[in-house]
Amino acid sequence: MRNEHTLRAKIRTLADYAATGIAVFSTVLVVAPLVAIFIYLVYKGAVSLNWDFFTKVPKPVGEAGGGMANAIAGSAILLGLGSLIGIPIGIGGGVFLAEFGRGTRLANAVRFTADVLNGVPSIVMGIAIYSLVVVPQGHFSAFSGGVVLGVMMIPTVCRTTEEMLLMVPNSVREAALALGVPNWRSVVAITVRTASPGIITGCMLAFARVAGETAPLIFTAFGNGDWSARLNEPIAALPLQIYVYALSPYDEWHRLAWAGALVLIILIVLAVSLVRYVTSRGVLKGAS
Amino acid sequence: MGVGIEVTTLNAWYGTNHTLQDINLNIPANHATALIGPSGCGKSTFVRCLNRMHETNPVARVTGTVRIGDLDIYADAKPVEIRRRVGMVFQRPNPFPTMSIYDNVAAGLKLNGYSNRHALDEIVEKSLKNSALWDEVKDDLKKKSGASLSGGQQQRLCIARALAVDPEVLLMDEPASALDPVSTAKIEDLIFQLKSQYTIVIVTHNMQQAARVAEKTGFFLNGRMVEFDFTQKIFTNPTDKRTEDYITGRFG
Repeated sequence: MRNEHTLRAKIRTLADYAATGIAVFSTVLVVAPLVAIFIYLVYKGAVSLNWDFFTKVPKPVGEAGGGMANAIAGSAILLGLGSLIGIPIGIGGGVFLAEFGRGTRLANAVRFTADVLNGVPSIVMGIAIYSLVVVPQGHFSAFSGGVVLGVMMIPTVCRTTEEMLLMVPNSVREAALALGVPNWRSVVAITVRTASPGIITGCMLAFARVAGETAPLIFTAFGNGDWSARLNEPIAALPLQIYVYALSPYDEWHRLAWAGALVLIILIVLAVSLVRYVTSRGVLKGAS
Repeated sequence: MGVGIEVTTLNAWYGTNHTLQDINLNIPANHATALIGPSGCGKSTFVRCLNRMHETNPVARVTGTVRIGDLDIYADAKPVEIRRRVGMVFQRPNPFPTMSIYDNVAAGLKLNGYSNRHALDEIVEKSLKNSALWDEVKDDLKKKSGASLSGGQQQRLCIARALAVDPEVLLMDEPASALDPVSTAKIEDLIFQLKSQYTIVIVTHNMQQAARVAEKTGFFLNGRMVEFDFTQKIFTNPTDKRTEDYITGRFG
């Protein structure tokens, strides 16, 4: 009797260790690719990083030096424009799905569309915006690049916003309504605010995803060898520049492409951390 | 000051489920009135009809008249106006998790466009004093979230939040059922103090609680009101056999 008891206890302890071990192992598997990529990028790209890389535009083939300053600025402009388009529309759609249209046919249709849009390959997005914006305008432009990134952000932002709002307990909505607060005001000031950490995570996810997009920009922003801050002209972007340089036959350009990839990943991490830091300030003690 | 509530042939449905049937009831002003009855008897639905929260459920429906003071709430006013005059405290404490203690109390006023800071400070202090929470939180008003308080404190915070909009009626739907005995005693003390200024309707599963705080008690069963009388009469000498069976623990 007693022996059986200790045997069971041993099995339980072993099972506990095994479960913990599997969890730790999975965590390592999740983090390992990012770490591996980062180390490899540092190994390949760090040597080409210098002040010129961040301040100069690309030099013609054969000339040494030059940088990707215009591409960094271009990516910032494209992502800014994309966020300006994608985040408000995405959040608005998510709020509609979770708060106003719950259970309606329109909401189901919107949700289905968003999911399909999420699955559309990015190159198809590029062609779509090419024919909807670039062709009517008659030329490639930063504007069309921003539009394509924005449209690609919408489904992710929309669906995470909806999921996060649905996680807000109904009792919180009732508390606001019972105070005589109109429904729209309760949604904006209470429900969305309660869900805001999750909504911000969704926006960051969408941002990070489109920050590395290359294919849709080929048909829209097109790329630019020089500075440009005008929205109606072609503009450079880091992923585009990396793509072009990586496919070129020149070793010098290959090294710059590695450096560009390293800078891109660092900038994404910085942007996401900055947003997290800014939005986490002012959070109260004990707020969930 | 509180006002009386006059309910005439009130019927309520959830979908096809007829949850309240022909309720007639006069709730006196500036007193506490308790509603007792087994789970699912309709007492929660009844109080939710008094501030038109019932209709926030899309399948809910209601007929009959409810007069609060001189206002026929289903004919003369919009739900938001009624809910400002009829405060509600729920079964589980539900402070706004992202708001500070101060903002929780001020929420009803702020979200309705009230922005006089000085007056808000005073109202928040008065409401927290009225809900017997002031001494425990006065140093952390804007630093701590409402969600960081203990369950009993959260419930008193919710009472303060309801009081801040200066209602005439306070509805309490089993306000102490999720709390420990000490917190429950505090809430009951509070009801005792508040009932001179507000008309209080309290739903409770706890018959001792009804006996302690309420002048009048109504017994609900299967969507109907079986008996409504002075609390002492209900608990010592009920008229209806079913009331007697319930309070003596023969069912429910």
